[in-house]
Amino acid sequence: MVLVYSDNKKLGFELLNKGRELADMLNKTLVSVIIGKDDEKDAEEYIYHGVDKVYIAETEHQEFKVEEYTEILINVIQENNCEVVLIGSNKSGKELAPRLAAKLKTGCITDSTNIYLQGNILFAERVVYSGNAVAVEQFNSKPQIITIPPRVFDPLPADEKRHGDIVKKKFDVKKSSSKILDVQEMRSEGVNVEDAEIIVSCGRGFRKKEDIKLVEELAEVLKGKTVGCSRPIAADLKWLSEDHWIGLSGHKVKPKLYIACGISGQIQHIAGMRDSGTVVAINKDPEALIFKSADYGIVGDLYEVLPKLTNAIKEKMK
Amino acid sequence: MNMIVCAKQVVDVSEIKIDPNTGKPLLSGVPQKISDIDKNAMEEAIKIKEKHGGKITVLTVGPSDAKERIKELLAMGADEGILISAPENSDYHVISSLLAAAIKKIGEYDLILCGEASIDLFSGQIGPRIAGLLGIPQMTYAQKITVEKNKVVAERNVGDKVVTVESTFPVVITVTKEINEPRLPSLMQILASSNKPIHEWNVESLIDDELNPCVETVDIKGVSMERKNIIYQDDIDDAVKKLVDSLAKEGLLR
Ligand SMILES: Cc1cc2nc3c(=O)[nH]c(=O)nc-3n(C[C@H](O)[C@H](O)[C@H](O)COP(=O)(O)OP(=O)(O)OC[C@H]3O[C@@H](n4cnc5c(N)ncnc54)[C@H](O)[C@@H]3O)c2cc1C
Ligand SMILES: Nc1ncnc2c1ncn2[C@@H]1O[C@H](COP(=O)(O)O)[C@@H](O)[C@H]1O
Repeated sequence: MVLVYSDNKKLGFELLNKGRELADMLNKTLVSVIIGKDDEKDAEEYIYHGVDKVYIAETEHQEFKVEEYTEILINVIQENNCEVVLIGSNKSGKELAPRLAAKLKTGCITDSTNIYLQGNILFAERVVYSGNAVAVEQFNSKPQIITIPPRVFDPLPADEKRHGDIVKKKFDVKKSSSKILDVQEMRSEGVNVEDAEIIVSCGRGFRKKEDIKLVEELAEVLKGKTVGCSRPIAADLKWLSEDHWIGLSGHKVKPKLYIACGISGQIQHIAGMRDSGTVVAINKDPEALIFKSADYGIVGDLYEVLPKLTNAIKEKMK
Repeated sequence: MNMIVCAKQVVDVSEIKIDPNTGKPLLSGVPQKISDIDKNAMEEAIKIKEKHGGKITVLTVGPSDAKERIKELLAMGADEGILISAPENSDYHVISSLLAAAIKKIGEYDLILCGEASIDLFSGQIGPRIAGLLGIPQMTYAQKITVEKNKVVAERNVGDKVVTVESTFPVVITVTKEINEPRLPSLMQILASSNKPIHEWNVESLIDDELNPCVETVDIKGVSMERKNIIYQDDIDDAVKKLVDSLAKEGLLR
């Protein structure tokens, strides 16, 4: 069987698209698990999105606990003899999948962006070396565990006429000895760079926090209104919240237009935006790496260029 | 406090060149370094040792030249190093099995520290795999760690939330790059580190059964990143005008 799991419903539905395709090709059943609250409505929604059999695994914890969730999944995988396991690659999925793989003594491929069957062999591709290359990988073991990031697949449209089984079960798993003391929502400015069509990004080339209004103004005149940033702006200086952060350890984006202002273009930043449509760079250093990754570049002081560019675009769009 | 820091030798990704004919990355001859976030794990271990005392062992599965990397961590403040010779064919299953076996052989451990992910492959598999193999809790993406007498508290950055978790020992913790600023060893420390032991263990001394990879990399493909590279250098007003015209032509200003 093919199993799909994510603690994020939206991501789960995206994975079901691929899960359905693989299950059909392999002539197998598609299974999914909801861990936590007993919610049949949720389970039905999974069925509408392609699942044949949904487990509702009751636990005492609403909050994700990797040690226990791993044990629950092992139970479901063994009970259903699952040979392919797709897990949503958010942070919880990324720490769950390798623990699961270790316990089952099997392979795991994380953050796969392309999965296909050739004959009966499953291949998964993933970006490596900060985006310099793509590794094509294959399993020698089962189950084959793959994690998939958000927005790689679109969810199948819901079909309310679909039928499936709902299995409610309480798995008797060992309690984790770790304790959750506190959960705090992170400061967020409510931006969603991953879905943005146009992103204007800022880096260390800005001298102070107030100056970020220069990118905000440019973003404002462009449709899309999304501001991104390099790691230091969010992680070290904390001028913007982490939801703006683009790169290897931040968000991966693919807007139609990406404008990098005062960003040097280190490989870890490029890793997050290399799939952008058109890339524009503004940097005062003609040798800056970012120009190698840009379609258009202006060598100049962003404090001079940005206000002029904002005005010129405003004029043009009138 | 007995601490084990797992550190990986990686290629310096910013030095990778692309073969102009095949478009594939050229990996041989690229300078090697310690995966960046492993230095953060090391720094955290040193801070804990400074406060609570104890011992720090660096553990690496890698080729023989990884010894040089272990030396850098000894200079930073680790007490001893262990290098496990890397099998020719390996994957995360193989590497983590070796690390877990070595940790069992070391025997006394309270804290196992890893990077949240390695900078070359950025998988984040090893930490959770070791925890799974040893059957102990894991605390991933720690951006702050506080060690107390019989427990450790970690603030975990899980993207949209910060989750504070407490665990008894032993536990695996993976750290983020934000947790600290790794120190640079002084010349004195670098010189003194040559007296610290680095043990070399082979696979056979750790694992009896045959150890085969579960995942095989069948190809490393290049990625084309063709960009127009039209760079305006001189007059800013002129450059802005040309840029706006080009963007308009591409239909991006609607
Ligand atoms: C494990 C790891 C993960 C990482 N993950 C990420 C990540 O996810 N995202 C990320 O962005 N980085 C990441 N980094 C960091 C990355 O390597 C770079 O350090 C970072 O991207 C640099 O940010 P920057 O370009 O804003 O700053 P800098 O490199 O300092 O560049 C500033 C640029 O601004 C230009 N400039 C200065 N003044 C002006 C002016 N007045 N007008 C115009 N231009 C000006 C300068 O010429 C320079 O090119 C990671 C690093 C590591 C080791
Ligand atoms: N070969 C290795 N030897 C020792 N530690 C490793 C090795 N590979 C990975 N690690 C540890 O596991 C972390 C995550 O690596 P990865 O799973 O490759 O992303 C690294 O930051 C290291 O702490």
